[in-house]
Amino acid sequence: MQFAMTSARRHLLPYWFLAPALLIELAIILYPVLQTAWMSLHDYVLFRPNNAPFIALGNFIRAANDPVFWLSLGNSLIWIVGIIAVQFVLGLGTALLLNQSFWWRGVARALVVIPWALPSVIIGLMWTWMYDYNLGVINDVLLRIGLIHEPIAWLARPDTTLPSIMLALVWQGFPFFAVTILAGLQTVSRELLEAAEIDGATRFQRLRLVVLPSIAQVLATVLLLRTIWVANSLDVILVMTGGGPGYASYTLPLYAFLEAYSSMQFGYGAALSLILTVLLLFVVYAYVRRAAAAEIAK
Amino acid sequence: MIERRSRLTRILTVELPILVIVAFAIAPYVWMVLTSIKPDADITVFPVRYLPQQVTFGHYQVLLEQTSFLGNLLNSLVIALGAVALGLFASIPAAYAFSRFRFRGRQVLMTQFLVINLFPVVLLIIPLFVMMRSLGLLDTHLGIILGHATFAIPFSVWMLTSYMSGIPPELDEAAMMDGATRLQAIVLVILPLLMPGVVTTGIYIFVTSWNEYLFAMMLSGDAVRTVTVALQLFIGEFTVQWGLLTAGGTLVALPVTILFLIVQRRLVGGLTAGAVKS
Repeated sequence: MQFAMTSARRHLLPYWFLAPALLIELAIILYPVLQTAWMSLHDYVLFRPNNAPFIALGNFIRAANDPVFWLSLGNSLIWIVGIIAVQFVLGLGTALLLNQSFWWRGVARALVVIPWALPSVIIGLMWTWMYDYNLGVINDVLLRIGLIHEPIAWLARPDTTLPSIMLALVWQGFPFFAVTILAGLQTVSRELLEAAEIDGATRFQRLRLVVLPSIAQVLATVLLLRTIWVANSLDVILVMTGGGPGYASYTLPLYAFLEAYSSMQFGYGAALSLILTVLLLFVVYAYVRRAAAAEIAK
Repeated sequence: MIERRSRLTRILTVELPILVIVAFAIAPYVWMVLTSIKPDADITVFPVRYLPQQVTFGHYQVLLEQTSFLGNLLNSLVIALGAVALGLFASIPAAYAFSRFRFRGRQVLMTQFLVINLFPVVLLIIPLFVMMRSLGLLDTHLGIILGHATFAIPFSVWMLTSYMSGIPPELDEAAMMDGATRLQAIVLVILPLLMPGVVTTGIYIFVTSWNEYLFAMMLSGDAVRTVTVALQLFIGEFTVQWGLLTAGGTLVALPVTILFLIVQRRLVGGLTAGAVKS
């Protein structure tokens, strides 16, 4: 009897160790997520919380008929694809270069990482200052080398705003790609590379046929993490333009946030953030499917 | 020896491109620091005057003496340290459970710590605001610390589990065979070996919390404003005062840059361990 007791207690031991983390999570993550789901089905406005009528899918139907929603979704697509593509190419290039040996490699590696460490507010601030119409260094440089003939109001023109903010985000995020891919590159087998070289493979062939396949798993994981991160990130936009001019730099998370924060439309904001989450779950699902397929192929 | 190339080709194909990339990576930072030490006369001229005619720390002085910035720095420090404490307090035992026990639901629980990291901030921030308001935690340090725990705990559970799994279980098992209690085995055997991982994780939580903006803005008011929120408000207030703004930016960025440079090598190792192994 006593033995059974101790055995049952031993059985429970790991759960006790997990309890603090799980309880805090339950309170600040799981419960809020469920509440978001509840709010999304109600017409919940912050200043009248006791009068939040149930409207079923009303908020979602409203989104379907909301031109700003579709515009934000479109901008989000441009945002994700554009930023990830450029970050990936730049990060891969940087990683391949840093994988060569040269005498100041350690310094270069440390310096490249710096943008990753900075707060989004500072990134927004730096780039707003550099894009400044009157005093900005970007206009100055472009004027000096003759690429433009008069200053451009980068963050005030509907056609240049989104790409300008995207460049700031590319800058912030490419170091993450670079260092994680570099870590992957260092696991590529030297013997394999040398064998390929002896067999007469060119540098490009070695990259395409030996290096990239060996780090495919790392690349896929980094791409997934960054896609989710970039898709969710809204603070740099918030700092640089707040979504403007007009709706030119609205993305889906920004729209959801502004609906809640500025318009106090918590129900609608919750519905919008749920739509974003579901869309991202599809990305994760595609990744997991792909990873599972790769596992089976082995 | 994979390949022999002349020194010139090496400079042209490796060192020059990497120099351009490094320049791109640090130029905005350098420009911010440079602006912060220029007198206003040098900031407000066009075409741009690149180097200051005379270096001044006047902007820093104004910022620290005439604005709330020093108090904001203190708030950020308290919140970041709180997030580190809460994150480590919850995640060290969790990592112990994951690395030393095989139990029902282990895989599911581990996976959910990873998946939770992927939730959009906007999904959490709206209900958290409502919750903190009803608990009376709006505009308190604890409220923001709890907000930051939403990313600190899942991340550190993940990091520390991978670190702790690298410590051979035979070590603490042997200690327990020799009569140590489980707690003694954890404190005297595992924790000392885990220290590098704890430091790396702690610094990472500190940096993310210090840098965080959305939770801090949504959950704070005048009383516990953090540096990131204050700086953003300054942008609205002092639109043309780039000297002050860049001085503030430099003060916020400098400590995290240093901390980050200290841990980044180990951090990447910990983050990618799972991906690289498989």
